[in-house]
Amino acid sequence: MPHDDHDHPHALLPPEPALRVKALETILTRKGLIDPAALDEIIDTYQNKIGPQNGARVVAKAWSDPAFKAALLEDATPVVADLGYYGRQGEHMVVVENTPQQHNMVVCTLCSCYPWPLLGIPPGWYKSDAYRARAVREPRKVLAEFDVTLPESSSVRVWDSTAEIRYLVLPMRPEGTDGMSEDELAALVTRDSMIGTGLPKMPS
Amino acid sequence: MTRVHDMGGRFGDGPISPEAEDAPVFAEDWHARALAVTLASGFLGQWNIDVSRHSREKLSPKDYTRFSYYEKWISGLADLLVDKGVLTLDDLRDGGDDGLHPLAEKKLKAEAVPAALAKGGPADRPSNVVAWYSAGQEVVTTRLAANRLVDGGHTRLPIYASGAKGRILRLHGMHVLPDSNAHGLGEAPEPIYAVAIRASELWASPENPDDEVVLDLWQSYLEPA
Repeated sequence: MPHDDHDHPHALLPPEPALRVKALETILTRKGLIDPAALDEIIDTYQNKIGPQNGARVVAKAWSDPAFKAALLEDATPVVADLGYYGRQGEHMVVVENTPQQHNMVVCTLCSCYPWPLLGIPPGWYKSDAYRARAVREPRKVLAEFDVTLPESSSVRVWDSTAEIRYLVLPMRPEGTDGMSEDELAALVTRDSMIGTGLPKMPS
Repeated sequence: MTRVHDMGGRFGDGPISPEAEDAPVFAEDWHARALAVTLASGFLGQWNIDVSRHSREKLSPKDYTRFSYYEKWISGLADLLVDKGVLTLDDLRDGGDDGLHPLAEKKLKAEAVPAALAKGGPADRPSNVVAWYSAGQEVVTTRLAANRLVDGGHTRLPIYASGAKGRILRLHGMHVLPDSNAHGLGEAPEPIYAVAIRASELWASPENPDDEVVLDLWQSYLEPA
């Protein structure tokens, strides 16, 4: 038995992670503190209902509607809430626009802050030590690992999400997309392009 | 001065391995379960987001480093449930009992999940604290990144950005101060700003001196330049 049980009670649970989760879920369920059906509902929400398709719709609308874009850049929270995108981990939204002179990318060096209502649950790499450690110090090398190369004339602004403000990158609209509908444009918007580690797809 | 989670700028982590865009949201079933158990437990109302972050940060450096992401979540949650008196060490040891817990009436029910997740938990509050800074103004971050209320306590000034000169991009509003809220000392809302710091101010060998890092920093983390 570890000597530091009082400091680290988790050591009393099974060490294998899946069993550790199961053990805690069982204890809490037996005591009437959690409802397994509520867990299923939470998982279904983030697995199937809320994801990057929400952010893609915001980006496509901003590319199509200058007044919407201006309002979005001015104060994003009420603008995206009007589209139905509000909630946990998206209470205070800021949208930052990529330009030929400036590229934006988002990280959370201290944990894993991410705009859930617009992008869903963050991918594994976003939560990795390597991304958290390196994105602020060497963003261009990090971007190269995502096959993104910026012109030297473009500066990089890395947003470290240290508070409850959540950031979404508005990527530049690809060339050759004149006349495309919002739905067609949304299909070009990748998750990574809204984190700033990718670029939108080019129209085929 | 800070803890193992404060890794911004660190060397030695190696390359990033991005998953495909269409990779599953949860790589393993237990990842999904860990997230859901953690969220559902939060609705018992015994802690706030700053307390739960601090619980994960308080994992020993050895555990924090060897645990995968959701292992940190579930282990931080177990520690928090005991720390707040919701569960006992015996519960964790023996698997608990079937007696109804006094907090059972607060249990998040399945039908309440959509509204609960959609409601969120905003961090802005009314505050009488005067905002000292405005956009464009130069500031310096506190030289020692540390909680000034509780030694070794929770703080959100990363050590790589301490003692650095930057400029105010915008005032976000008045937000709950994590350094206080994580330790039961009240929400203590105060002005919070986006602060831009040049790469050359942060790193010995910046990739491009015109690159910047922007951090969201509370007024008490800042001094006039």
